[in-house]
Order: sequence, then structure tokens, then C-alpha cells
Amino acid sequence: MAEKLMKYADATKKYDVVFGLETHVELCTKTKLFCPAEVSFGGEPNTQLTPVSLGLPGSLPVVNKTAVDYAIKLGLALHCEIAEWSQFARKNYFYPDMPRDYQISQYDKPTNGNGYLDVELEDGTVFRVPIERAHIEDDAGKNTHVGGADGRIEGADHSLVDYNRAGVPLIEIVTKPIEGAGDRAPEIAGAYMRAIRDIVRALGISHARMEQGNMRADVNVSLRPSADAPYGTRSETKNVNSFRGIEKTIQYEIRRQAARLDEGKEILQETRHWDEATQTTAGGRLKSDADDYRYFPDPDLVMLHITKEHIAEMEAQMPEMPRERRNRLKAEWGLTDLQLRDILNADALDLIEETVKAGATAGGARKWWLGELSREANAKGVSLEELPVTPADVAEVEKLIADGKLNDKLAKQTIAGVLAGEGTPDEVVKKHGYKIVEDSGAIEAAVDAAFEANPDVVEKLKSGNMKPMGVIIGAVMRATRGQADAKAVTKIVMGKIKG
Amino acid sequence: MTEATNELVKLSAAEMGAAIKKGDVSSRELVDAHLAVIEAAEPSIKAFLKVSGDVAREQADAFDAKSADEKAALPQLAGVPIAIKDMIVTKGIETTAASKILEGWVPPYDATVIEKLKAAGMPILGKTNLDEFAQGSSTEHSAYQTTHNPWDTDRVPGGSGGGSASAVAAFEAPLALGTDTGGSIRQPGALTGTVGVKPTYGGVSRFGAIAMASSLDQIGPVSRTVLDSALLQEIIGGNDRRDSTSIPEGPRPMVAAAREGAKRDLKGVKVGLIKELSGDGFQAGVSARFNEAVDKLKEMGAEVVEVSCPRLEYALGAYYIIMPSEVSSNLARYDGMRYGLRVMPPAGVPQTAANMMAYTREAGFGDEVKRRIILGTYALSAGYYDAWYGSAQKVRTLIIEDFKKAFEQVDVLVCPTSPTTAFKLGEKTSDPLAMYMNDIATIPANLAGVPAMSIPAGLSDDGLPVGFQFIAPQQRDEVMYKPAAALEAALEEDWNGPIWKDLKAPWLDGLAGSAK
Repeated sequence: MAEKLMKYADATKKYDVVFGLETHVELCTKTKLFCPAEVSFGGEPNTQLTPVSLGLPGSLPVVNKTAVDYAIKLGLALHCEIAEWSQFARKNYFYPDMPRDYQISQYDKPTNGNGYLDVELEDGTVFRVPIERAHIEDDAGKNTHVGGADGRIEGADHSLVDYNRAGVPLIEIVTKPIEGAGDRAPEIAGAYMRAIRDIVRALGISHARMEQGNMRADVNVSLRPSADAPYGTRSETKNVNSFRGIEKTIQYEIRRQAARLDEGKEILQETRHWDEATQTTAGGRLKSDADDYRYFPDPDLVMLHITKEHIAEMEAQMPEMPRERRNRLKAEWGLTDLQLRDILNADALDLIEETVKAGATAGGARKWWLGELSREANAKGVSLEELPVTPADVAEVEKLIADGKLNDKLAKQTIAGVLAGEGTPDEVVKKHGYKIVEDSGAIEAAVDAAFEANPDVVEKLKSGNMKPMGVIIGAVMRATRGQADAKAVTKIVMGKIKG
Repeated sequence: MTEATNELVKLSAAEMGAAIKKGDVSSRELVDAHLAVIEAAEPSIKAFLKVSGDVAREQADAFDAKSADEKAALPQLAGVPIAIKDMIVTKGIETTAASKILEGWVPPYDATVIEKLKAAGMPILGKTNLDEFAQGSSTEHSAYQTTHNPWDTDRVPGGSGGGSASAVAAFEAPLALGTDTGGSIRQPGALTGTVGVKPTYGGVSRFGAIAMASSLDQIGPVSRTVLDSALLQEIIGGNDRRDSTSIPEGPRPMVAAAREGAKRDLKGVKVGLIKELSGDGFQAGVSARFNEAVDKLKEMGAEVVEVSCPRLEYALGAYYIIMPSEVSSNLARYDGMRYGLRVMPPAGVPQTAANMMAYTREAGFGDEVKRRIILGTYALSAGYYDAWYGSAQKVRTLIIEDFKKAFEQVDVLVCPTSPTTAFKLGEKTSDPLAMYMNDIATIPANLAGVPAMSIPAGLSDDGLPVGFQFIAPQQRDEVMYKPAAALEAALEEDWNGPIWKDLKAPWLDGLAGSAK
């Protein structure tokens, strides 16, 4: 049964929006949070295990120090207070993908508390998102439900459990209730999530690939009649794993809740699921006070002691943060706001910077990644990063152009060769024998032939109408298999007309 | 080697180790002798859930095949066989914690203490019985069998480590490992006339000890002499990076302290009688033997004073909140998903994972375990946490303070280990509270994390052993070994031999022939 929805503009006019995000970021440590089992994506099911990650009787957890360091770095990036003493607690609940039937998380003594993140919106507005905490916990395994209609547990014939992911370190970043966003709530949520992704990538603590589940968010939304009213009942949409999905979830929940409130219906405190196919959220389990995880400090682990000296050490290792870096590169590359946004939207900042580092000019690098290569990526439905071409390849092609060894057309053909897996630009050039024809005799012969074949064009050129010049140049290029330099051709044509 | 099996197995572990080093006996001969005793004794004792004879013989042969130099580099107990409480995981040997829920589970890894025993060349005779998941004080809560006290087979051996204690008392093994959460090594020690030690919390790695209550659990030695326990504790102790609660420092000089104690000079040693753990509630015969032993300490030069630990009154109450709370969480993993028992719901009940877990746990856990899981689940529940778990933790802090203050006045504290001698099988099974009272004198050491040991103090008027407990400051385990060894030596002189010379062990009668 389709839910009634209010128009978005009406809903945000009539109600004050409060939302919050609980973002799970999977850390890219070599080993799991509490044992030396390897962490890697896509391994054979149930191969990345130790007695600890399988929760075998007698096994004990030992904290991965690297994971704690990653958490400290994230805490610093989010302007959090880093607790000198933090503690792991057991969150008790039975579920097949939980080897111990409790998750080791942090409860009343998280490592990072009370921070904020300034996110920049499309129009340059900066919105401050308050952070409640960023705590460390371990992930559960993965259930695969077989035989059901849509992979959900309902109606499944049987389920398989893969414990490879069990014990992978996560940081859960919990915002405080975000107020004052109004109708920009979805946009702020999206910008916040992208900012988190950029930060964790810059810190090198997570691959942050949403499609692989490295990052996912629980989205809380509630409405109230006005900004000074108490919070309304919230819905919690679990495990949304795309930026668009998060934005759409907030939008949808605002519209759905507004419609219900308008009809005098109550909002149920429940967990919901975002359905990408129908672009709606669906009701799940009712949340109630009966949800009791019986948290208590994990007696198998001692308290984490993080000294001021260690925090200073981590601080010294902090790279430039994404927002600062963007502003710096914008200045260095002389970009307009719009140009920068195009780069960010294309997710090409890193690639362009790498290309520049490899020797290309900023303009040249930008031209390739936003032009030819973006088109190729779009056509294939992959990200720029996934294209089989590296920043070094692009820089090499740019150098060949700068050295006068390739023209634009040959350069494009060279890149096409790289994309087709023919090797490095150098190899492609050698393989096809691409080179600019510098022999003016050969070009002159081709121009003569073109003049002969197109007498009407020659007439127009001679009368000063330069528009059909391309016909001649095109013919010359065809004759020389694209290896002539367009400028040289134009020069010869002009000479012949005037002569 | 011409010594008869029934004489060979009565040697202390230290004597066996020395005999091996001298070449008088081989590890294989010791293993065979003990396996023979096990075969003869088990029908009446039932200490072992599993006898790993083949593994033990293989280990003994491997040890015997070592060169003299290799052997010389090993500890004094090298080659001496040992029994393991079935709460400790052993690679390739079924480990059940005496629960149906783990029936048939063969661990793919060794506990740290097992690795250490193997490295020391000590063959593993088998896995000993216990109360299910170490929850009980009589070993009657084992899902498999009831262990009998060698001193009177109509009586319990104590618990939860009744299997290890009985095996050592009955000469089925010279040594055993136990686990002690509230007295599970010491109280069976008291009831079977053996020595049982709970080391400082964190002194012996818990990695591979099946968790009952993680903040209280500790692996420790079971033996017939104080020196044997010291030798064993030095082997199994020390830091383990796989246990976050493990103490960084290595084992204390316990063997040296025990040897020093055997000289029976306790001048300069200050002994504190815990006022709250004597007199009322203690069986007359227990109090009598205890007081006589205290007099012995005085005779050897110790200064004995009474000290008060007023908060011990609340120890039992705090223990029965903290322990079940941790139990409820630690035992959650036995859900039928990955190992052990799986019981599918009957026809007509939805065949879901949740229902499978419920039916598995209903069928797999015994009453005492269920009782504690329910208690702990309740104590940790939202709205009750502060009143129960929170308060209990505060009591724990106060008890730690009490001990600290006491140890400012004295070197070592003493009290009877158990209020009574061994009780009849079935006597207390229907009264959990009466059963819990057994641990009143042993629980405080677990709550405070301090080391404690029980040694035999003689026989009560009923002819059954009485236990004498020493408690030492944290990370000072050697401090209790000295007076314990002194008292042992003094008492043995009085008795004209060790306490077990009075033990009738009919299962040994048929083993008078040569061990060879």
C-alpha cells in the first residue's frame, strides 16, 4: 500500500525538520579489530577467520592499535574531544551473523566525543554539523538469504552466513540532532556524507566505497510543528548505502511524516529500509523500550589509555583536510567556483592532482579527465578511477603533445589505445606508428589533391570566405592518416590561396 | 625401573621430574602408570570426561626421544603427565565444559597454558569433569557424570573443579589444571585434601580458558604438594599478548619461596586472621584444624594478628550479580549456529534461526546454567543495571580496598577454605543458596583479583580433609607459597607423612606389580 505523501515544499514549510546520521565507516586496517585475521573484500566465504573472529570458546579479543590510531585521526578531523580513557562495551543481542552474539562497541566512554564538521553546500554556504561521538566497534558477518523473492529474509528458503566481515573495524560517527536545515536537509546530509568520505580517504583510514559497504548510514528523521517545539517521534532508516539514497530517504521521510501528521496520525518509532527500486522507505521492526542491549563494559578488554603525547603524535601525521585542500588547489590551478564544482562532481580532484604531479599542466589534466575520459566513463557506467588509464598515462600524452610529437587527434587516438588495453601511451604510439607528419612536401601534395577534388571550396577560400577551411584540412588529415599538424596544413593552404 | 605402579604414582610431581632427570624413570613409564590407575579408579571416581591415552603416550615418547641436552633445558616438571579441566581448550581433544551444548566439539587450537605445557614436555592424560561451564560447587551439575570424592565416594569432591581435584587425590594424575572463578580450584582442593592455587588475576593467560565470568576467571595449578603447584605455576604463568588482561611482568619466584618455606622458619612473617571468615558458620572440625594450623604458624615464628575486612559481608551478594551478568553474555555464543549442539524446532514451529537458537539452548544447557543466565540477563537489563551490576561493582571496589588495608598490616591473610568438609552427593542440589554458601571464603579473592591457595590442614572429626587458605597481595603470589610450604612441612611431621597416607585407595591394590 502506497503511503500518502505531502508535497516537499509544503512539508518543509509546514514542519520543522530535525535529522541525524549514524555513519558506519569500515576501516582499511590489514587485520580485524580484535584478532589477526586478514581484512579484504571479496574473499572466499569463511576463509578470513581466526578462533577469535569466529567467537570460538576460550578465544579472547585484543585491540588492534592501528584501528585506534585511525579513530583518533578521525576524531581530530571532526574536532572531537579525544577521551584519555575510553572503554569497550558489549552490546548483547542474538543474531546469526554475530559470532559471539554480542557486538564489541563503545557505550558510555567512546574514544571521540563532542565535535563538529563544517560542510560546504553547492552555493558556497557553510553549514556546521554537530557531532555527538565517533566510536570504535566491530562489524558483524554477512547473511545471504537464498530462495526469497528479493534477497530479504522474509520468504527465503535458507540463509548462508559468511563471517569474513565479522570483526572488521568500524567507526560509527553519530551526529547530534541536526536542526535548522529546513528544506536543505537532504542537501546537507549529502554534503556531509561526501565530506566524511573525503576526510576518511584523505586520512587513508577507509576505502569509503559505498557500493562495497565500506560506508553506510542510518538516517533519522523527525518533524515538529516549529523550531521551539520538542522533538517529534523519529523514524530510523537503516543501512542506506548511496549518497543519493540518503538524500532521497530524508526527502521521502519528510513527505511521508508530514502527510501522516497532517492527518493526525502518529509517527511510529521504527526502523525502516530504503528501497532503491521503488524510491520509498518501507516500515520494518518497531523500536520500543523493550530494545535492551544490556550494555556493560567488556571484561576481556582493559580501558584504552590515550595520552596527550600520543594524540600529538597523531596530529603530526594528519594530512591536509579535503576542504582546505580544495581551496588551495582552486587557487593554484586558477579555477572558478564552477570549474571546481565540475571537478568535484566528476570525482576527479585526486586524479587531476595526480596528473599534475606527474608533470601535466592543470588545464591539460582537467581537459582530459572532464572531457574525453568522463565521456568514456559515462558510456561504460563506471567511475573515472575504474577506467584503465592512470594519471601518469594522461601526463605522458600531455607531454607528447607539448613536445610536438602528437596533435590533438593523435593524442585522442593514443588515449583510446590505452583504454583498449594496448599498453602505455608510448607503446600505443609505437604500435600504430602515430607521428605528426613534418614533411611539408607530403602535406603540400595532399593539399594539392584536396584543392583538385574541391574546386568550389577553393573558390570560396580565395574570395575570403574561410568557413569551408575544415573541408580541406579534413581531406588532408584523411590523406595523412591524421598525422599532419593542423596548424602546418592551415599555413600551407593560406600560402597557396594567396599565392 | 622396578617400582610398583601403586608406589610410583604416589611420588610428588617434583620427585617424578627429578627421577626422569636422573634417568630412573621415563615419561612413558609415568604415563602408562597413571593410565593404569585411571583405568582402575575411574569406575568409582569418575574424574575424567575423556582420557587421551594415545596423545599422552605420543607426547611422552616424543619427550623421551629428546637428547639429554634438550631435556636438561626443560623445566623440572618436564615429562611429568598432567590432567586438564575440560574448561580449557585442547587442540584435537574434545572439549565440552561438561555441557551437552558442546558435545563433540574438538577445538582447532590450544589454550596458551596447553601450548606451554606442551613446550615443557608434559603429556596430557585427559580432560577432567566439572560442573557445567564451571558453574557449581560439587561437580554434580556436570551434564555427563558425577565425580566422587576419593576420601568417601558417597561424597562430592567439591566444584566446579571436582574432576581435577579427585584425579590428583586419587593418584590418577600427579598434577592438574583447574579454573577458579569463585573457588573452583580451592574449594575442591579443600574437600579432597589436595593443594589448589588461584594465581593473581592476569598472572596466567586466560586465552583458551572457556569463559565463565571473564573478570573473575583464572587458571591455576592442582597438585598434592605446595612445591608442585609452585613449579607448575611458573610454567603456565607469564604475559600473553593474546589476553588483554594478562599482567606484563613474568611469573614471581614461587618455587624459591616454596623451598624457603620448607625450612619452616617464619620469623618476620606477619599473618592476618580474617575476622569475618571464622567462627560462626564454620563446621567445628574445620575450625579446630584451622586453629591448630594457625598455632603451627606461630610455632614457626610467624606473628599472627586478627584483621578485619568488614566489606567481605557483601562479597557473596556482589559475586552473585557480577558472575551471572558476565555468564549471561559469555554463554550467548552457544546458539547452535557454528559449533556444538543444534536442535531444530519441532514440526509446526517456524524453522527460523531464532527458534533454532532457543530450542538449542533449551536442550543444551542444564538448570544451574540457565538459572545464572536468567539472573545475569535480569541484572544487566535497562533500568536495573545501576541498582544491580553498578552496585555490585562498587562493592567490589570496597573489597579491593579492604584487602589493600589488610595488607598494609600483614603479609598474608588466612582463613578456612570452605565452611564444611565434603558433603553427601545430592545433599545440596535442591538448595542453590546452600550450595552458593560453600564459596563464602573463596569468592573475595576472585573479586579482588588477589592470589589465594588452599592446602590440606588435616582431617576433621568426620575423617574428611579440611582446607587452609592463604591469601596474598596482588602480583605477590610468592608471598603465600612460603608460609604454605612451611605449614605443609610442619603438619606432615605431625602426621608422620602426607595427608593421603590415610586415604584408602582400593583401586591401587591391584596395581602392586611393576610399572613396566
